[in-house]
Amino acid sequence: MAVSGLLFIGFVLGHMYGNLKAFAGEEAFNEYAHHLRELGEPMLPHEGFLWIMRVGLIVAVIVHIACAVALWRRAAAARPVKYVAKKNTGSSLSSRTMRWGGVTLLVFIVWHLLNFTIVKVNPSNGETGGDNPYGLLVDTFDTWWMTIVYLLAMVALGLHLHHGTFSSLQTLGFTNSAVSRARARATGWIVAIVIAGGFSLVPLSVLVGIIEK
Amino acid sequence: MNLTLKIWRQSGPDDKGGIHTYQVSGISQDMSFLEMLDVLNEQLNEKGEEPVAFDSDCREGICGMCSLMINGEAHGPEVTTTCQLHMRSFNDGDTITIEPWRAEPFPVIKDLVVDRSAFDRIIQSGGFVSANTGSAPEANSVPAPRDKAMRAFNVATCIGCGACVAACPNGSASLFVGAKITHLGELPQGQPERWTRVVDMVGQHDHEGFGGCTNIGECAAACPKEIPLDVISQLNKDLRTALANGH
Repeated sequence: MAVSGLLFIGFVLGHMYGNLKAFAGEEAFNEYAHHLRELGEPMLPHEGFLWIMRVGLIVAVIVHIACAVALWRRAAAARPVKYVAKKNTGSSLSSRTMRWGGVTLLVFIVWHLLNFTIVKVNPSNGETGGDNPYGLLVDTFDTWWMTIVYLLAMVALGLHLHHGTFSSLQTLGFTNSAVSRARARATGWIVAIVIAGGFSLVPLSVLVGIIEK
Repeated sequence: MNLTLKIWRQSGPDDKGGIHTYQVSGISQDMSFLEMLDVLNEQLNEKGEEPVAFDSDCREGICGMCSLMINGEAHGPEVTTTCQLHMRSFNDGDTITIEPWRAEPFPVIKDLVVDRSAFDRIIQSGGFVSANTGSAPEANSVPAPRDKAMRAFNVATCIGCGACVAACPNGSASLFVGAKITHLGELPQGQPERWTRVVDMVGQHDHEGFGGCTNIGECAAACPKEIPLDVISQLNKDLRTALANGH
C-alpha cells in the first residue's frame, strides 16, 4: 500500500509538471506530449517509455486496490457490531475518507483516461479522437461542468495525498519520533497542496481565459 | 446531578443485546464515573432488577481493567481511565451513552464486560524477555542510554486496557503491540528476542482478528497513558527489519 502509493505520488508530480506546460502555449504543450512518445528512442521502441510507465502504474494500481480491499475487509470483520455513538477525536478528515475517496479517484481516473487518452472524448462537441492534446484540453475545460468535475477530483486527490503521504512514511517506519512524525505530517500538507493546487491551475486558467486556443 | 443513561445491556455472549435507558439522580460531581454506575446499580438492586455488569479493579488508573465507551469516546472525554473520570466532566441533565469496547477479538461477556484475553495471547506470543532466574544482576552491568530508557519507560506505561482497539475505526491493536515492541526493543535486555518478537506478536495480532492499521490516529488520542503514534512506526520498522533478515 505504502510503496505503491509513493509511486503514485512520483507519477502525479511528473504528470502535473507536464500539465503546467499548457501555460507555455499550444506548440510547447503538444511538443511535450509528442516527446513523451519518443522518450528513450532509439534505445526504447516508439512509445516504449510510455508503456513501461503504463505497465508499472497498472501493477501499482492492482497492488494498491488489493491492499485496500484486504484492509477494508479486515476492518469490517474486526468490528461486526457498530457503536451507537462514536466520536472522532484524533483523526483528520483525510484519514477517514481514504476508502471512499479512493473509490472516487478510481471512477475519476476511468473518465479521465476516456477523456484524454483512450477515446479522447471532447465534451464540448461530443467528437472523439483527434491528435491535438492542447485543443482537447482547452475544449474540455471551457465546458464549465467538466472544470467542476476535475476540481472536485482534485479535492479528493488532495485529501488522499494529505493522509496517504504521512501514512506511507509511518507504515515504512520512518516516523519514530515526535519530530519526524510532525515532518511527515507537514510533508503530507505540502504534497497535497502542491499537487492538487498545481493540477487545478490549468482548468481554472482555461475557464477564466488565461489559457486559450 | 440528574442524568439520563443509555446503557448497552446484554445478558450473555449469545444474547443480541440492546440499549436501555435509565434515570439516575443524586449524583455528586466528585463521584467517579464508576461510582455513578454503582449508584445506578444500587437503585436497580432496590427495584429487583439485574444490575449493570462492568469491569473495574484498582480504581486508581493503573490496572487497565476498566473500559467503557462513553458518549462515543473510549474512557470518556478526559485523557484518563474510566475509573479516574469524574462526574464534574459532565453537566446536570446530560444524556450519557455507555457501550462496551466493540471488536470481534473482544467478545462481550455480559453488558459492558468484554473478554480481553486476546491481548494476553499476544503478550504470550512474544511480549516478554527471557532471563535466567537466580540472584539479581548488578544494576550497572547493563547500561541503557538515557533517551532509550526514557522512551522505553514512557511506552511501558501501557496498561493494556484496549482503548486503542475500541477507538480505532479499523479495530486494530497496533498501538498496543507497538508499545510492547518499543518498550522491549529499546532496552538491552530485549535485544536477543527482538526480531522474533515482532514477527510473532504481529502474527498473533492478525490471527486474533484485529484489523489492519491505516495510521488514522484515533488510538493515540484515546490512550489514557498517552502512548504516541510513533510506536506504530517503530513496530513497522522492526517488522521490516525482521522480515528482511529472514525471521
